[in-house]
Amino acid sequence: MNDQSNKWIGKRTVRPDGADKVTGRAAYAADASMPGMIWGKVLRSPHPHAVIKSIDTSKAEALPGVKAVATAADFVDFPTDTPVPLGIQDMRWMSRNILAKEKVLFHGHPIAAVAAMSEEIAAEACALIEVEYDVLPFAIEIDDAIAKDAPILHDFIQFEGKPSNIAGTLEHTLGDVDAGFAEADVIVERSFTTKPVHQGYIETHACVVSVAPDDRTTIWSSSQGQFMVRAMTTFLTGIPQSKINAIPAEIGGGFGGKTIVYLEPVATILSKKSGRPVKMVMNREEVMRATGPTSGSKSTVKIGAKKDGTIVAGEGTFYLQAGCLPGSPIRGAAGCAFAPYDIKNVHSFGYDVVSNRSKVAAYRAPGAPIGAFAVESVLDEVAEKIGMDPLKLRLKNAAKEGTKAAHGPTFPRIGYVETLEAALNSDHYKTPLTGKFQGRGVASGFWFNAGGESSAQVNITEDGNVVVTTGHPDIGGSRASIANITAELLGIDYDQVSVQIGDTASVGYSNLTGGSRVLFASAMVVTESAAEVIEQLKGRAAKIWGIDPSQVVWEGGEARPMGEHSGNFPSMTLGELAAKANATGGPIGAGSQSNTVGAEGGFATHVCDVEVDVDLGIVRVLRYTCFQDVGRAIHPSYVEGQLQGGMAQGIGWAINEEYIYNKKGQVDNPGFLDYRMPVCSDLPMLDCGIIEIPNPKHPQGVRGVGEVPLVPGPAAVRNAVFDALGIRIDDLPLSPPTVLAAFDANSRQAAE
Amino acid sequence: MSDIRYLAPHTLDDAIAQYAAADGAARILAGGTDLLVQMRSGVLKPSTIVDVKKVPELMAVEETADGGFRIGAAVSGAALEEHAKFGKVWPGVLEGLNLIGSTQVQGRASMGGNLCNGSPAGDSVPALVAAGVVATIKGPNGTREMKVEDVPAGPGKTNLKPGEILVSFTFPARPKGSSDAYLRMIPRTEMDIAVVGVGVSLTLDAGTCTAARVGLGAVAPTVLLVADAAKALIGSKLDDAAIEAAAAACSAACNPIDDKRGTIEYRTKVAGVLLKRATAIAAERAGRA
Ligand SMILES: Cc1cc2nc3c(=O)[nH]c(=O)nc-3n(C[C@H](O)[C@H](O)[C@H](O)COP(=O)(O)OP(=O)(O)OC[C@H]3O[C@@H](n4cnc5c(N)ncnc54)[C@H](O)[C@@H]3O)c2cc1C
Repeated sequence: MNDQSNKWIGKRTVRPDGADKVTGRAAYAADASMPGMIWGKVLRSPHPHAVIKSIDTSKAEALPGVKAVATAADFVDFPTDTPVPLGIQDMRWMSRNILAKEKVLFHGHPIAAVAAMSEEIAAEACALIEVEYDVLPFAIEIDDAIAKDAPILHDFIQFEGKPSNIAGTLEHTLGDVDAGFAEADVIVERSFTTKPVHQGYIETHACVVSVAPDDRTTIWSSSQGQFMVRAMTTFLTGIPQSKINAIPAEIGGGFGGKTIVYLEPVATILSKKSGRPVKMVMNREEVMRATGPTSGSKSTVKIGAKKDGTIVAGEGTFYLQAGCLPGSPIRGAAGCAFAPYDIKNVHSFGYDVVSNRSKVAAYRAPGAPIGAFAVESVLDEVAEKIGMDPLKLRLKNAAKEGTKAAHGPTFPRIGYVETLEAALNSDHYKTPLTGKFQGRGVASGFWFNAGGESSAQVNITEDGNVVVTTGHPDIGGSRASIANITAELLGIDYDQVSVQIGDTASVGYSNLTGGSRVLFASAMVVTESAAEVIEQLKGRAAKIWGIDPSQVVWEGGEARPMGEHSGNFPSMTLGELAAKANATGGPIGAGSQSNTVGAEGGFATHVCDVEVDVDLGIVRVLRYTCFQDVGRAIHPSYVEGQLQGGMAQGIGWAINEEYIYNKKGQVDNPGFLDYRMPVCSDLPMLDCGIIEIPNPKHPQGVRGVGEVPLVPGPAAVRNAVFDALGIRIDDLPLSPPTVLAAFDANSRQAAE
Repeated sequence: MSDIRYLAPHTLDDAIAQYAAADGAARILAGGTDLLVQMRSGVLKPSTIVDVKKVPELMAVEETADGGFRIGAAVSGAALEEHAKFGKVWPGVLEGLNLIGSTQVQGRASMGGNLCNGSPAGDSVPALVAAGVVATIKGPNGTREMKVEDVPAGPGKTNLKPGEILVSFTFPARPKGSSDAYLRMIPRTEMDIAVVGVGVSLTLDAGTCTAARVGLGAVAPTVLLVADAAKALIGSKLDDAAIEAAAAACSAACNPIDDKRGTIEYRTKVAGVLLKRATAIAAERAGRA
């Protein structure tokens, strides 16, 4: 597995999508175009909360150039009392998110859609739709939504017997926390808030949909799962899955935000009604107002430890914003928060809170950074209180093989300890800081990772090359990694392998690109398929040589006779066998499908150095390193890309990213100017300490890589700011006005 | 749906005639880095666009007879940066202009557009105000001159009359020992909008500040000339007391709003901080000039 004789696994091969992306040849969803195509646009709610009394579309329909108008009445109805789950989603909520039904629930909530000959006409027609509202009071923040007299979003949601905005809870218990705290020498308890942050994909949501008169439907769209697009479109339009072909476009970022649909079912109905292909493309403002960020949160965490550093109890309460419909990632927050530690007594509680914001969507390790922010910040203070190095405190309590986690599993071989040891021994951690307002912070994080359904087909072409088709959109390098693995398994050159992402009509069901599952799952089915292909190749050679297939080995990309026949026949290459395929039994290829299991959790430890400009409150990151157990780095450049992207997003979450609402309940910063993701010059080189503890349950040792690197970031930055200033700031983001106010208040206090 | 008329006159007189002849919904196009963005987002729907980039007076960079400069209103940041002398004499003005946007935006963005867009946060404006620059304006009723600080009338508004075009900026000649600096506070390191911007222009004679002007951006409806800050500096050796007094004058001049980009408290304090830092840079440059 960690075999140095590997020729391709672990090599930085040229990424197959690279040249197309930098030259503009890659086709994203908005690049799709069809003869006769028209444009769809959505009318959005001007109110954060209102009952829809009536919708009159007649004037819009009468506008010349308008070809179809749709409202929620054109879609399948999902009554609120009957759950219809699809993965972690529920079609009751998905249907009401794509087009408002009884109520509008946030400013920007889609109400109706128009398809017209041009974007301008469609926009003009949207303005002609007359909607009568009964405007209601609204709640944006968690505290407002859970207040006694809060406006209730959904009458059918009850909590403790009363209508409530608390849509769900989740609890993990291990041992007895009260008994644990009784043993503690030091107890630290703090409350924290984090703001919702957007995934920030560069490509906005887009699709082209063409529906034939007999309902055969073709969808080109940018998503993290063409099968998810198909399934949701079927649910919402009633067109059977067999009639829909969802074609995955090249995707310009998703980070979890494209694991649900916004446009495809709407464009499908518009196309069905108009008889024309319909294109819909969101602008950035629509993305910021109406597509999921991840939750904002408020949480309280209490940790007790003995003087020697043994953590005896941990307690956490996490309130997460779901947006306007149920379904925040409380499982990620409450489940991952304490997972890096071997703590005998844990109580972790999550609340799912709806309010008048856009419905949240997944974002890299959904919920986990929120849990880690609180726990890792409190641990930092525990370490300070007992006078212990914060990494050594974590090392003393680190989860390892055999540790029982509060969220259920007993860990198999995991690499958390190794990340801490690597951090402790790193040049970064050993290099002293020099400046007055410089500081260093550390934090760790955990993510479950996932396996799930995957399908693959490995075909040998007539000219002796290989085409691999998988069913998960490639957003993090899966094509290059699958090509490395296929070349390795078949013993051929990397350039002989081409990896395609199949559409829903040409490859078997494959679950979303999400949960850090893709390489884990698709490598398994590709490995099975490749093994089957090798069997076929050996069989073909055996037939040509007239010997038993058990007397053939596949080695170095060739079939060779072995045993008593060893040396009796010249070995045959893939090309030679492919050329003779028709004479020896027909096309060579194999597919495999399975529901993969064994994706074990991933751990990372981050070390962050900052410097604070105390006159302006600006926090600058000077040095940053991620130490992560990646299982096996099949393609190290892509692994580094995942780690670096996660670090950058974590730093952004910590320092400047936030949704700002005005008093009218509207997002006040719906664009990249005032929603401040880091730009290149904001960041130092983001260093990667790749640690490879192969996953024993995977043929190549793969563990998910893509989500853990976001988890520790916000806490690592916050702990570094404490080290620099001696001030613990518990509310993100650590934006200049917040940091300056905290510093000045602290100076005033010190002066008194 | 209405079509837009695009005109690109080659002379100033044609530009003025065409601009005046079009109805009130006509717009001047310089670099377009504000105008096109506003049109795209639906904020503006001009009926006619008069592109002034072919008009020589608006694209010229000249040294005047008295040793100053005249810069066409539509000259881009990238073009001005390539001028051999301008940036040596007015490094603060150039750094303000060159902070605008990215490399791509620099190829287009102009000082005239930055000023006429009327944003109190325009990055080239505080340094232009500090520099004591005079704007030449021409319209159907002839030519007039206006101090730069008098051009903006409030967010998105100018004091130009209907049909008037900003033609050029005239920079005064500089005595020996003069220089300037511009600093802005942005949460990021680039691609951002000033929360506060301070331009300082000063002259030093044997260590004594003999002349100074201070422009302050993003803390009031228009960019401010802060006379009290200049007064505190003039006559001093730029000692701590003088600089503290000038900083306090900048904070006092602030009339900001609480908004998504910064609180009143934050902007007020930062105005003073940036005054100190910009003054130090300008003084250091003046010492070498
Ligand atoms: C990505 C990006 C980043 C940016 N970053 C910054 C930044 O950091 N700092 C900053 O200050 N700005 C920034 N801007 C805004 C913009 O680039 C500047 O304001 C720029 O100076 C505008 O100049 P322009 O020549 O492009 O103006 P235009 O867009 O051509 O014109 C702006 C306005 O002024 C009017 N106008 C232009 N010239 C004249 C004239 N001669 N007479 C009368 N009216 C005229 C136009 O009609 C229009 O209303 C940014 C813009 C973008 C797109």
